[in-house]
Amino acid sequence: MEFVKSADVVVIGGGIVGTAVLRELSKYDLKCVLVEKEPDVALGTTKANSAILHAGFDAPTGSLKAITNVRGNKLYHELENELDLDIKWTGSLVAATTDEEMQTLQELMARGRKNGVEGLQILSREEVIEQEPNLTTVKGALWAPSAGVCWPFGAAIAFAECAVQNGAEVIRDCKVLGFVKENGKIVGVETSKGVIAAKYVVNAAGVYADEIAKLAGDDTFTITPRKGEYILFDKTACSSLVYGVVFPCPTKKSKGILVCTTTHGNTFIGPNANEQDSKEDHAVTTEGMNEIMASARKLIPNLPMGAAITEFAGLRAVSSTGDFIIGVSDKVENLYNAAGMQSPGLTSAPAVGELIAKEIARVSGAAAKADFKAALPKKKAFIRMTASEQAAKIAENKLYGRVICRCETITEGEIVEAINSPVGARTVDGVKRRTRAGMGRCQGGFCGPRVTQILARELNISIPEVLKERADSNMFYEKYPVDGGEE
Amino acid sequence: MAVETRVMNCIMCPMGCELTVTIEDGVVTNVTGNTCPRGPIYAKNEVTAPKRMLTSTVAIEGGVLPLLPVVSADVLPKERILDCACYLRGVKVQAPVKTGDVIVENILGLGVNIIASRDMELHEQ
Amino acid sequence: MNQLYDVIIVGGGPAGLSAAYSAWENGAKKIIVIERDRELGGILQQCIHNGFGLHHFKEELTGPGYAHKCIELVKDKPEIETLVDTMVLDVQNNKTVIAVNPEKGLMKLEGKTVILTMGCRERTRGAIRIPGERPAGVFTAGAAQRMVNMEGYLPGHKIVILGSGDIGLIMARRMSLEGCKVQACLEICPFSNGLTRNIVQCLNDYNIPLYLSHTIVAIHGEERVTGITVAKVDERMTPIPGTEFDIECDTVLLSVGLIPENELSRGLNLDMNPLTNGPVVDQHRETSLDGFFAAGNVVHVHDLVDFVSEEAEIAGKYAALKAQGKLSADNRSVKVSAVDGVRTCVPQKVTLPAEIPADEKIKLFMRVAAPHRKVKLVVKSGENVLLSRPLPVAKPSEMIAVEIPAAKFNQIGDEITVGLVL
Repeated sequence: MEFVKSADVVVIGGGIVGTAVLRELSKYDLKCVLVEKEPDVALGTTKANSAILHAGFDAPTGSLKAITNVRGNKLYHELENELDLDIKWTGSLVAATTDEEMQTLQELMARGRKNGVEGLQILSREEVIEQEPNLTTVKGALWAPSAGVCWPFGAAIAFAECAVQNGAEVIRDCKVLGFVKENGKIVGVETSKGVIAAKYVVNAAGVYADEIAKLAGDDTFTITPRKGEYILFDKTACSSLVYGVVFPCPTKKSKGILVCTTTHGNTFIGPNANEQDSKEDHAVTTEGMNEIMASARKLIPNLPMGAAITEFAGLRAVSSTGDFIIGVSDKVENLYNAAGMQSPGLTSAPAVGELIAKEIARVSGAAAKADFKAALPKKKAFIRMTASEQAAKIAENKLYGRVICRCETITEGEIVEAINSPVGARTVDGVKRRTRAGMGRCQGGFCGPRVTQILARELNISIPEVLKERADSNMFYEKYPVDGGEE
Repeated sequence: MAVETRVMNCIMCPMGCELTVTIEDGVVTNVTGNTCPRGPIYAKNEVTAPKRMLTSTVAIEGGVLPLLPVVSADVLPKERILDCACYLRGVKVQAPVKTGDVIVENILGLGVNIIASRDMELHEQ
Repeated sequence: MNQLYDVIIVGGGPAGLSAAYSAWENGAKKIIVIERDRELGGILQQCIHNGFGLHHFKEELTGPGYAHKCIELVKDKPEIETLVDTMVLDVQNNKTVIAVNPEKGLMKLEGKTVILTMGCRERTRGAIRIPGERPAGVFTAGAAQRMVNMEGYLPGHKIVILGSGDIGLIMARRMSLEGCKVQACLEICPFSNGLTRNIVQCLNDYNIPLYLSHTIVAIHGEERVTGITVAKVDERMTPIPGTEFDIECDTVLLSVGLIPENELSRGLNLDMNPLTNGPVVDQHRETSLDGFFAAGNVVHVHDLVDFVSEEAEIAGKYAALKAQGKLSADNRSVKVSAVDGVRTCVPQKVTLPAEIPADEKIKLFMRVAAPHRKVKLVVKSGENVLLSRPLPVAKPSEMIAVEIPAAKFNQIGDEITVGLVL
């Protein structure tokens, strides 16, 4: 068997969970490689979710969901500064509009306290309206001060870049095709870029985690994709919607369709929750949008639909077991699953990383690195700098003086930096996720062509070669020659 | 004698006057609905030999932009417009260029020049 | 740059340039035009087709030709400074303008007056909530126009255009001239919003079918557009189930509306009009915030650049007069209301000094709400008819301009109404 590379640990999947695991693993003397089938990290569920760092009162007490949620929430509080994460600790409200729902709030609060969540309180209608004046139908709400909203792509990229600065490797456009096994143990991971020798494998493959596990010989669980659609609003609509995170009372199936404002000030409504067979279908539907609007109107009767700027959908990985599947596989002794990471997966990710890395370190006997570089260099968005910081930055690098994304005030300097960083952007959407260029109200109409030109220049490719995201998503084409054309 | 009445919108300016055109044996004999003298001229041409202006771009080297917008100095036969547009795709000029400069003389032998719509300065690289 | 400008102009397109020239003509001595693109001229530089300038310059020009004439007016005048590749980050109530460019870095400019001429942006797919995947190949028509006409690349090969406004129609022709196949133009309304001349020379000439009362109900394709599903709509513009059909394409160009670009205006204490999406202005194009003027597409979306220049010249003149302290402070404000079939009217108010100057003009620019034939436009104040104009044809897509005769100024009471008599 010819190996293109040798690793101690191969992490499959570059979403929030995979990158969190990679970062934790990079604290040990272990050679770690993360393989991601897409052209970029964070293109699966991490790309399209509610971005909420849950307090942890929702999941059943004692479940992996509950335990890792509470621990993960705490870790984000600690990592925020170290990794320069974009987080707003807004607290969250679960809004009750009926007496029955008020009763549910009591249950949630009791469960939350058992789960170890601090600061839970039931607020009166007046107290809620003071915080969120547009919740005119509310009777009361459960207030959880430890909840917040984060910037998921930023977090995944930060986890990945921290791991890379500590010796880990991230390989994109690298799909797992199978496993090489000897005596029931995995010895190699077959990928589209060759076979990688591995002593341990972490399965953080999102909606595909069951397929990866099965390829390795573990068929003990299945993952069902559950689509969640969202409608996102312009920043100016925030004052007609909500400032923080507002949940309706939960149902058995999901936390419900919420109204929530992101770290950048855009409010969204969603997600709905519809199971489907396809793991590829991310289409937003008319029925889905109607469902979301009807539900959101129960909390906010006057939805400013004229201020909607984009819609998107994500697929949750729902496991057949009803809880997260974390830890060593029952069937394959060196396969570690981190699967079924639907909500509160984003919040739990660092805690899951901790659990898995500790376990692999223990089993392998790897020592903790003395020189682990925990912190990432601080990067401030131009628009968030003070005037003197802006002036200094431009003096240092002229490109910070050219604004490319007018809606979000993103400069050429930031875009170039995003392309050239350790796990840098290679596509228009990659630039968008890292810098926010194209996320504003004109949705890339002004900056799209300019970002394309900058990518072409920085990556030394022609403009027609620039992709939006995956192969075949070219943005522009050469003009026809003199005798060419469609006819 | 075959008499036909055709209703058409004049395109000579943004007004778009609705013209009622009387055609007898293939000849335009009357035009109503126009608010200026260009209307009947348009109607006559449209019936016998329709003509259009052409605006497009040509490649330019050394300019501040890679393309130079051009316009036909006069109307061209409508059925040759696509041929002219194809031809222009193969034209490349050098900066500097001034508005009105002839970019293609007598395009495809149709007796009409293609001229520059704007100045394009030489761009120091 | 630590100097007090008479006039600071935000945006160097036809509105900004016409305002600068007019301000100069009316005595302003320190004028600056700030433009974010690499050259002056605004959106005109990408509008390579003709049809511009018949009113204003008395000749038919292409967009770049019109821009060239505007640029000539401000060029080589020491009183008029221009900055390109420069983005205005903030405009403050005290007329401080913060701008940035790579060469000069962060700049703080102070003015006696500010003219807002930022133009407009295009409505996006997200704003109209077209369902489906999000592949590459969905562009707003203007963004595609820029790539085709200024950078030299195609947005795709098999094109469907949503929206039969002028931008969509012009792009239908442009893409055909570039060798692409334009499969169809779809329009959600029962009538087209574009100029009739453009239906003829952009669709009919190229045998491109126009589907009125139709819209896109889904966009297909994961990485790149592979096609769309279209449906007929009812009178409430809701898709009618059962009328769906598919069109193969790899590109969707959206021409679904323009929105005045008032991000900077929203940070100021000035009144905005929810129908025009622009600032409330008087006949001098002064906003409700003293010393702030606005003109062009940022006030209300125009269809003829000639009117943009006219409006901007008014703004430039009065900003210059204001900066020189030559405007009367003893004024009364008269509200202008659009009623009875007139949807929007600019100006939304008229400022009348106690002593009305001899050169005062009150010109009203309006759009009707629905198409009409053989109607009468009536401008009244109370019982007084200030103006009555028969309109053989009135369309929402064609702005109507009328001027109140000076002789009628003394009949203006507390309110002016502009309406249609059917």
